[in-house]
Amino acid sequence: MEDESAKLSGGARVVRLGAIGAVVLGVTAGFAYAGGWLTPGRLTQTTVIDGFEAQNGTHIGFRRNHAKGLCAAGWFDSTGEGATFSKADVLASGRVPVIGRFAFAGGMPFIPDSPGLVRSLALQFKPPHGQEWRTAMIDLPLFPVANVQAFYAQMIASIPDRKTGKPDPEKMQAFKAAHPETVAAMAVIGKRAVSSGFSNDTYNALDTFEFVDKDGRSVPVRWSAVPAQPFSPAAPQDKQDPNYLFDALIADAAHHPLTWKMIATIGQPGDPVSPDLPWPEDRQHIDLGTVTLDKLTSEDVGPCTDINFDPTVLPAGISTSADAIPSARSAAYSRSFMLREKERAAKPPSAVTETDVLAGGKS
Amino acid sequence: MPSRLLHWLMAVLILAMLAIGIGMVATVSSRYLTLVSWHRPIGIAILVLAVIRLWNRFLNPAPALPASVPPAQRLAAMASQWLLYGLMFAMPLIGWGMLSAAGYPIVLFGSLQLPPILPHDPYLFACLREAHTVGAFLFFAVVVLHIAAALFHGLIRRDGVLSSMTTGRPG
Repeated sequence: MEDESAKLSGGARVVRLGAIGAVVLGVTAGFAYAGGWLTPGRLTQTTVIDGFEAQNGTHIGFRRNHAKGLCAAGWFDSTGEGATFSKADVLASGRVPVIGRFAFAGGMPFIPDSPGLVRSLALQFKPPHGQEWRTAMIDLPLFPVANVQAFYAQMIASIPDRKTGKPDPEKMQAFKAAHPETVAAMAVIGKRAVSSGFSNDTYNALDTFEFVDKDGRSVPVRWSAVPAQPFSPAAPQDKQDPNYLFDALIADAAHHPLTWKMIATIGQPGDPVSPDLPWPEDRQHIDLGTVTLDKLTSEDVGPCTDINFDPTVLPAGISTSADAIPSARSAAYSRSFMLREKERAAKPPSAVTETDVLAGGKS
Repeated sequence: MPSRLLHWLMAVLILAMLAIGIGMVATVSSRYLTLVSWHRPIGIAILVLAVIRLWNRFLNPAPALPASVPPAQRLAAMASQWLLYGLMFAMPLIGWGMLSAAGYPIVLFGSLQLPPILPHDPYLFACLREAHTVGAFLFFAVVVLHIAAALFHGLIRRDGVLSSMTTGRPG
């Protein structure tokens, strides 16, 4: 057909062009809203990871949290007991390869080892013909905050002041006043018995997930890695060796393969999903199986370095719950992962080098 | 008819995908996981539809533009259309490749999972992740341009180009 634009009067033309402009503007505004540009107060991956960098400095190529770590590899012998509650392949009886990572919580890759630091164990269970399960656990009995907003507020309150080099105590006080649940959780955390090292530590997933069986029935679940290595209490910091806890772990693994039982706690309806709140002691525990880690490797050459231990990588049969923390962790980890993989070529060697691992640690 | 149905179905999916994509990288709320779980299957659906659509286009070629359209606009129309087609294929493939290179399982829903199409490699992941963002903004820009041009045909030129995609009758 012919171009009929000449038939439009000047006024009609302006109105119609205006309408086109309005549509373009509307679509763009919708896109901008979805992207958070119109809501600068929204907590995003970028604000959270910027918060980690403000607190710890920017360490090129390293994880923005749990920065100082060591790779581990081994296997999981599933008892099959988990299959009562979950249809996940990985929980059917049998053996599954595992890649793990021991680390300290916090964004400083060269922080000297000390007993006061929170330790973590991240695991990837990867059945050759099934869906994988990733989990990242820490050695606290509870998570100190109820949600990501509180996590971020606490992180911002603890950013060292430029003049004093220390967090502003007034900001911390204000945070505590606004978050009594954190004060309550910290009281429980403060009473925990700290173990002597990584190998005899208990690691807890803390978040609430759901086990789903083949008939679609779901139960709330939390899980922990409980060590076979006997508990002994933490000794004072060894100031001579900045990696003394990692060196002890290397020595322990060289001496004997390290094992943890994966213990699932089955919740009941009404149990809190928030990871700062404990479950009653009498909940059913099931022994999912044993994780054996017999080979440690420095991150510089190890298999864990390019794995994002995203706790929402779950097989069918395990799913997230109303606990919103795993979603926040997944979102923030993905940004940290994107940044560090982009910086990968410029990453300096990790604190614990392969030379340290091959030296067999210090016992 | 199948051409128009494919067009409008994909229009809805692509606009939704652009909003989901930009939205999911800008939230740490529980919406994040929901949006990510939609993004993967819709992306693969767009890839499948793009294959069907290209095949359909060979079988049922698009009506020619009216002779009154000036050559420069004709070129712009053709270039933007093929860019749209290119992105319909490229974006899902980059997304799939990016998840493969990151070492993530590529779960569509439940136990339905796609195999990796690239090796687990940090450098490859970093490049593809960047390309996915750049591609998304380019895609958005071309979609907006496409909408504006379609409305220009429908409201100003009234040359039957827009109605051939809406009612199926030129004018």
